[in-house]
Amino acid sequence: MISARDLSKRFGEKEVLRDVDVEVARGGFLLVTGRNGSGKSTLLRLFAGLLAPSDGELAVEVERHAVGYVGHEPLVYRELTSVENLELYGRLYRVPERRERIGMLLERYGLWDARHERVSTYSRGMQQRLALCRALLHDPELLLLDEPFAGLDREGATLLDGELGELVATRTFVVASHQPERLERFATAGLALA
Amino acid sequence: MTSYLSDVAVLARKDLLLELRSRDTVPAMLLFVVSALVVFHFALPSETAESDLAASGLLWVAILFTALLGLTRAFVAEREQGLIDALVLAPCDRSAIWLAKTVSVVCFLLVAEAFALPAFALFFSPVDGVTVAAVLLSNLGIAAVGSLLSAIAAASRTRELLLPLLFLPLAIPIVVGGVGASVAEEPGRFLGFLGLYDGIFAIISWASFEYVVTE
Amino acid sequence: MSTSLRNRPGPALAVAAAVLLVGAIALAFYWVPDDADQGFSQRIFYIHVPLAITAYACFFWAAWKALRLLWKADERYDLESYTAVHMGVMFGILTLVTGSIWARISWGVWWSWSERQLVLFLVLFLFYSAYFMLRYSVDPGPRRARMSAVYALFGVVLIPVSFLAIRLAEDFIHPVVFTQRGPQMAGSMFVVFCLSFAGCLALAGALYQTELAGKRLDVRLRELRRALA
Repeated sequence: MISARDLSKRFGEKEVLRDVDVEVARGGFLLVTGRNGSGKSTLLRLFAGLLAPSDGELAVEVERHAVGYVGHEPLVYRELTSVENLELYGRLYRVPERRERIGMLLERYGLWDARHERVSTYSRGMQQRLALCRALLHDPELLLLDEPFAGLDREGATLLDGELGELVATRTFVVASHQPERLERFATAGLALA
Repeated sequence: MTSYLSDVAVLARKDLLLELRSRDTVPAMLLFVVSALVVFHFALPSETAESDLAASGLLWVAILFTALLGLTRAFVAEREQGLIDALVLAPCDRSAIWLAKTVSVVCFLLVAEAFALPAFALFFSPVDGVTVAAVLLSNLGIAAVGSLLSAIAAASRTRELLLPLLFLPLAIPIVVGGVGASVAEEPGRFLGFLGLYDGIFAIISWASFEYVVTE
Repeated sequence: MSTSLRNRPGPALAVAAAVLLVGAIALAFYWVPDDADQGFSQRIFYIHVPLAITAYACFFWAAWKALRLLWKADERYDLESYTAVHMGVMFGILTLVTGSIWARISWGVWWSWSERQLVLFLVLFLFYSAYFMLRYSVDPGPRRARMSAVYALFGVVLIPVSFLAIRLAEDFIHPVVFTQRGPQMAGSMFVVFCLSFAGCLALAGALYQTELAGKRLDVRLRELRRALA
C-alpha cells in the first residue's frame, strides 16, 4: 500500500529524512521508532500527502477519503463542541449514518457527557481522544498515527489498545512512537529512524 | 456539483459559527472602520472634506483597511491549530476551502459595511445607491483575492506584515472602480469594471488555491 | 535536479546586447531627427519605451515559467520564474527612472500621474516587490515555489486590469494633461526604436541567463555538499 524508495525530505538546508526505504503491505502495521527530531512526524506527514518529498520516490495507493491521520495537534476546532467538530468532518468525509457513528464513537471514548462543550474546555487527554474519534470517524483503510498515546490517561490508553487490537487485522497502520513497547505486539514491520 | 456546494456550505457554516462563538473579528472590524473615519476627519482640512471626491476616497480607504483587518484573521484558526492540515487531508476539493472562506469574508464585510456606510453618511456626505452598489460589488473581489493571499500569508513567517503588502497593489483597481462609481456622471463603466475585476480574480483565485495550500 | 554545462551564458547574447544598445544610443543621439513637438528631450523615448516593453516581456516570461511549474511540478521552473521577475523589476526600475528623467526634462516635474505607463509601472513595482517579500518570508521548498508561481500569475493578470483602471481613473483624477506624445514615427525613428528594443531584449536575455546560471550553480553546490555530508 505504501512504497518508499530513497525518500528524503529537507526543510531549507535542514535535512530531516535521508534515503528512507520502506514498504507497507496492505493490512500491515509499521512501527516507526526514533528519538525526538528523527523525522517520525515528517515521515507520517509525507505518507499522508501533507508534504512532498524532496528526493526519492513515494507511492501511497490509497485515496484521501480512506486515510485517517492523528498528528501532534488534535486537529479540532477549539471553539466548536466535539459534536460540531465531528459533524463537520463527518460531512466532509461523507460518513454514512453520521449521527449514529458520531454518537457511538463519542460514547466509546468517554466523551459523550462533554459532547456539547467547547473543545477549549477539554483536557489534553480528552482532546487526544477526540482526535482519535476524528481519525476513525470515516472508517479509514490506512491509519497514520503520530504518538497516539500522547496525553492519554490509563483509561484512554486502554481504550486505544482495544481499538488497535480490533482494527489491526483489517486495516493498515503506520504508527510513530518513541515508546514502542506498547505497540510491538501489533507490529508486522519496524523502521528505526536515526 | 451538489457535493461540492455542500462542502462549501459546511465549511462556510463552520467559519460563521466560529465567528459567532468567538466574536473576535467582526466587532474589531466595526470599531476599526468607525475609528478610521474619525481619524480621517481630523486628518483633512475642512474644505477638502466637503468635497465629494475626497470624501468617497476616504470611504474606500476605510473599507480596504477594515477588510485587511478581517482578512488577517481569515485563516488564523487553521494556522494556529494546524487545522489547514485537516482540511487539506479531507477528500473535498481544495478550492471549496477557498470558496467557503470567501463567502464568510463577504459576510463579515457586509456587517462591517452596514455600520460603515451610515457612519460615513453621518460624518461626511450622504451615500447614494450607486455607492452602495459599488461597495457591495467590490466585496467579492476583496474577499476572493484576500482569501487566497491570506492563506499565503498564513504560511509565511511574517504573516500579518505580508498580507497588506500582497493585497494593496491588487486592491488599487477596486479603489478606482469604487471611487469612480461614486463620483462619475456615468457610473456604469466603473461598476462594470468592478464586475470584471471580481470575475477575473475570483476565477484565478479559485483555480490557484489548491497550489497554495498543498505541496 | 541537475544543471548542465550548457546553461553557461553564451557570450553571443551579451555581445549582441552591447552592440545593439551602443548602436541604438549613438543613432538616437546623432542620426535621428528632432521630434517636432518635444525637441531633443524626446530622445529618451528610444530607451524608455523599449525598457518598458522588455520589463513586460520579463513579467510574462515569469508567468509562463510559473504556469509550467504548477503544471509540471518541476522545481527547475521556480528559479527561472524568480529570475525573470527579478529582471522585470530591474527593467521596471529603469523604466521609472528614465520616465522620471523625461518628465523632468520635458515638463519640469519628477513625477506625473498623467503618464499612464509610469503609473502602471509604479503599481507593478509595488506588486513585484511584494513578490520578493513573499519569497523572503517563506522557507525554501516546494511550497514557496508554488506560492511564488501563483503570485507571478496574478501579476500578469494585474497588468491589463491595472492599465484599464488607470485609464478609467483619469476621468475623475483630472490630471494636468501635458502634450500627448503620439507614436507616429518617421522611418529613421522606427529603425532606431527597433534597434534599441532588440538591444534591451538582448540585454535582458543575457542578464537572465547569467543570473540563472549563477543560481543554478548555487543549487548544484548545495546538492554536492549534501551528498558529501
